[in-house]
Amino acid sequence: MVRKSMDILKIFVLVIVAVFSQVGLSKDLLINGAGASFPYPLYSKWFSEYAGVKKGVKINYQSIGSGGGIRQFMRGTTDFGATDAPMKDKQLAKSKKTIFHIPTTLGAVAISYNIPGVKQSLKLTPEVIIGLFSGEITQWDDKKITQLNPGVKMPAHQNVIVAHRSDGSGTTSVFTEYLAAISSDWLKKYGKGKAIKWPTGLGGKGNEGVTGLIRNNPGAIGYVEMTYAISNKLQMAQIKNRSGEYVLPGTGSVSLAASEAKAQAPHDYRLSIVDSKAKGAYPISAFTYLLVHKQMPGQKGKEIVEFLKWAVGPGQKLASPLHYSPLPKSLIESIKKTIASIETKE
Amino acid sequence: MPQNGKTRNMVTEIMEKFLFSKEVSSEMTIVSNKRRDVHLGDKIFYYLLKASAWSVVLLLVGMIGLILKMSWPAFAEFGIGFFFNPEWNPWTEEFGALSFIYGTVVSSLLALIFAVPVSVGVALFLNELAPTWLSKPLGFLIEMLAAIPSIVYGLWGLFVLAPFLREFVQPFLSDYFGFLPLFQGAPLGVGMLCAGVILAIMITPTIAAITREVFKAIPSSHREAALGLGATRWEMLKLAILKTGTSGIIGAVILGLGRALGETMAVTMVIGNKAVIKASLFESGQTMASILANQYAEADTDLQLAALTAVGLALFIVSLAINSLARVIVWRVEKGFKGAK
Repeated sequence: MVRKSMDILKIFVLVIVAVFSQVGLSKDLLINGAGASFPYPLYSKWFSEYAGVKKGVKINYQSIGSGGGIRQFMRGTTDFGATDAPMKDKQLAKSKKTIFHIPTTLGAVAISYNIPGVKQSLKLTPEVIIGLFSGEITQWDDKKITQLNPGVKMPAHQNVIVAHRSDGSGTTSVFTEYLAAISSDWLKKYGKGKAIKWPTGLGGKGNEGVTGLIRNNPGAIGYVEMTYAISNKLQMAQIKNRSGEYVLPGTGSVSLAASEAKAQAPHDYRLSIVDSKAKGAYPISAFTYLLVHKQMPGQKGKEIVEFLKWAVGPGQKLASPLHYSPLPKSLIESIKKTIASIETKE
Repeated sequence: MPQNGKTRNMVTEIMEKFLFSKEVSSEMTIVSNKRRDVHLGDKIFYYLLKASAWSVVLLLVGMIGLILKMSWPAFAEFGIGFFFNPEWNPWTEEFGALSFIYGTVVSSLLALIFAVPVSVGVALFLNELAPTWLSKPLGFLIEMLAAIPSIVYGLWGLFVLAPFLREFVQPFLSDYFGFLPLFQGAPLGVGMLCAGVILAIMITPTIAAITREVFKAIPSSHREAALGLGATRWEMLKLAILKTGTSGIIGAVILGLGRALGETMAVTMVIGNKAVIKASLFESGQTMASILANQYAEADTDLQLAALTAVGLALFIVSLAINSLARVIVWRVEKGFKGAK
């Protein structure tokens, strides 16, 4: 009996020693980051690919959400942060160090719906979108919708049910940014942000919650993050952009939305690209960012800079297969300069 | 040692009871009242137990202190009126907790209305009526319900229960009981009713399991006595089981209610998440736990974060108030029994 338990103890000790020696032996440089969950699938692909490119550097990323990402980065718990909605001037002013927003990829918000008998992609104008989400258009056979979609047979007297996100999210932030951009009335009445007080509709938690509401309620319309909509094969609406074209969300049309974007001040990429003027642009698009300090002295800083260069360079090729939209070439040159200006000398 | 003799005696007494609980008799108590030497091991054991008991209290005080500190900016801004304001608007930064307090209380009460009769019925059937070959596996299955993660309940509620309510239950209710303000409005499936039903399913195993234990503890002589006096089976259940077990059943209900008040994920998926107070059960609502789950991670401003923590404080207060109320009821019931004797 005693011998048996001694054996078990020995094995136990051996296992612990083995585990700890593994940790102790690996002399990898560990870089910690946390933040946005929207780009997480792309980031985790990047970090695993980069581990093969650059031996001895390990990047650890927690997708805790943009808000938490900003807070942890400001507190100095992480080496870099990640956020969908850029930080506001007021937030930036609180930081003692200069913070750079480095755009890494583009995201978009798709409008999805469930109308009995309608299999085609609906065409929607900004006015109709405002009408639907503010609760002013209450029936799907409303003239404003049928005029835009002559070939589509709308069910009679089918009520519109709006589905929106109930949790604070970058998706809501981008979508309400768009609504506020196309209607000053919307901005005045309901505002914009990660969570707002919606005039009508049901709230679902997460993309899956909204999708569930859309799927289960005939007549429902809602917004979901584009990569989620594409990978789950949801019906998506074509939206009329500034140049008058009806555009489906896709990696191409979203990249086009950023094609005319330029840094608003040197190294400041906190740009809104919703309702873009560019040709072929999908209007509900936005950047997602990594947050780094302008001064990052030491080995860690150098490695972060190396990674950023790789991410906006060869890393961009990994975006499209995962339904993320690569940054436009015009912008990449300028971002590379910003990355080069990061100070890593001790 | 700051320990006085009296407490030491009590410790010995309690330990005696603990060790010899099976054959504890009046003689033993007399023996234990005499002073005895306490071994070092006993002392260590005593302090260990004392420390663990106090650590829970300390934890509670610490939590309340931290929540108060973090939520202070919200009270500085809105005052005590925070608890009585139904408005919640992150854009205009106007925050109040009333609609969430309403949502939590109503959804939990709904859950109790559905779950308590079913749970007590289950316990009665399994303990008193069902043959062993049926009661064992059935009891096991019901307890299994408690092991299902709440996100699974939430998604099941969203994809199965909500459409079912929308197609069958809500049209029926609005057709026949539509004159009541409770059943008015468009049937959408998700909403307060759906949250109540999901919660009821989630707390049924808890209430049923504890109620079964309570019934098990009632000596069979009670049942035999009731039957011997000529009671029918129903009268026996009513007199010997339900009446004797009342305080135990209330205890079980309190535990179930505790789970319902704090349940987050499942409710968030099916309640519709709207900060409003509406009489209709078809309408969306939001609970204190669900607004925390929804907005805490991505709260933008410090005021919103403070307001969310203040909602957490409100949840704390409501839980404490309801638990205290239930405790008072249990005391009353027990007193009533003693009076009857």
